[in-house]
Amino acid sequence: MAFDLHVSKRLGDAEIALRLEAGDGVTVLVGPSGAGKTSVLHMVAGLLRPDRGHIRVGGVELFGDGLDVPPERRRAGYVFQEARLFPHVKVAANLRYGAGRDAAIEDVAQLLDIAHLLDRWPRTLSGGEAKRVAIGRALLSDPAFLLLDEPTASLDRGRAQEVERAILDIRDRLRLPILMVTHDRLQAERLATTMVEIDPIRT
Amino acid sequence: MHGLTAEEWGIVALSLRVGLVATIAALPIAFAIAWLLARGRFPGKILIEAIVYLPLVVPPVVTGWFLLEAFAPGGPLGFLSDGVLFRWTGASIAAGIMALPLMVRAIRLSIEAVDRRLEGAARTLGAGPWRVFRTITLPLSLPGLLAGTVLGFARSLGEFGATITFVSNVPGQTQTLPLAIYAALQRPDGDAIALRLSALSIAVALAALVASELLARRMRAAMVHGV
Repeated sequence: MAFDLHVSKRLGDAEIALRLEAGDGVTVLVGPSGAGKTSVLHMVAGLLRPDRGHIRVGGVELFGDGLDVPPERRRAGYVFQEARLFPHVKVAANLRYGAGRDAAIEDVAQLLDIAHLLDRWPRTLSGGEAKRVAIGRALLSDPAFLLLDEPTASLDRGRAQEVERAILDIRDRLRLPILMVTHDRLQAERLATTMVEIDPIRT
Repeated sequence: MHGLTAEEWGIVALSLRVGLVATIAALPIAFAIAWLLARGRFPGKILIEAIVYLPLVVPPVVTGWFLLEAFAPGGPLGFLSDGVLFRWTGASIAAGIMALPLMVRAIRLSIEAVDRRLEGAARTLGAGPWRVFRTITLPLSLPGLLAGTVLGFARSLGEFGATITFVSNVPGQTQTLPLAIYAALQRPDGDAIALRLSALSIAVALAALVASELLARRMRAAMVHGV
């Protein structure tokens, strides 16, 4: 079992509740905006604490039964919706931030077609470039799984296709389980091994 | 204006020493308080905030008098009285306490301006809280840190009321530029000296401001061209 989540959390007047069991490949969370899709990714990454439940990824317990592994030890490769590149260092230093000494930066840069951007500052990148750098940074941190939040939002079609190709490449070549959020149903159908609906419960 | 006399050099040197020591000693305290106010969530936070900002609004002479009571023999810090009263160290304490609120305010704003989502991103990349602080929070709040430091130093150089109340006006020990100007104005023939010292204090302040502006520019450049 790649992802085994059973979480609930109250945020304001909405209750996020999700039960999900999914095998390898790409698991896609779909649902209307406000359903708490990003919150679920935050909970798996350890940036948001569920009120109740458990989180297991690849058989490793990350949350539950009094256990709450801190984010830096969860080995989540999280690609945020807004890229979140560090603005005060160049692309190369962003990529190296979570990377070990012998990380294959060149290989990853090749895979994502960002080798020519290494010497650039994050604020000079286009949306698609920033997104690919963010994916590279997550991959280089030696993750056990990937979390992708709207990986192609704000990209034009050509760039979106490139990122989708990169996701499939990662799935097939690196064999990392991927938990991904999108509001784009067609994209979900193209990429998903498992598709999970999430609906908000308002009280 | 011709060359400075040995006495005037002494006053400038003393002012710089008092101001630098005050600023350097206050900086880590100011940073810790600013951090607590920016990030901490605890009961009584408003009270701490009010106490920290108090020297900004209380008459300096009151602050000086409290310091005197605290450090006088028999006071709660009386065991330090020999090293502090009528000495430049005491002048530094007074200047540091008067500078603290300004430094806390500037540093707090810069810590609050750091995008915490970047800290979350760093955590998911394997960085523990201390590394996140060193590599993300601190560099991103550096401009405000620098601004607060310069502001604190400038405030220290101009400190008058708390200092003269706390450690008096002792030439060579506690007589910084403002106190020397005040002493000169007390003398019937002191106008010329006061004028020279006033010009001097403007020059020192101007030099500090220009230096900080140059430093800020270099830091901005470093942010853009490589760290």
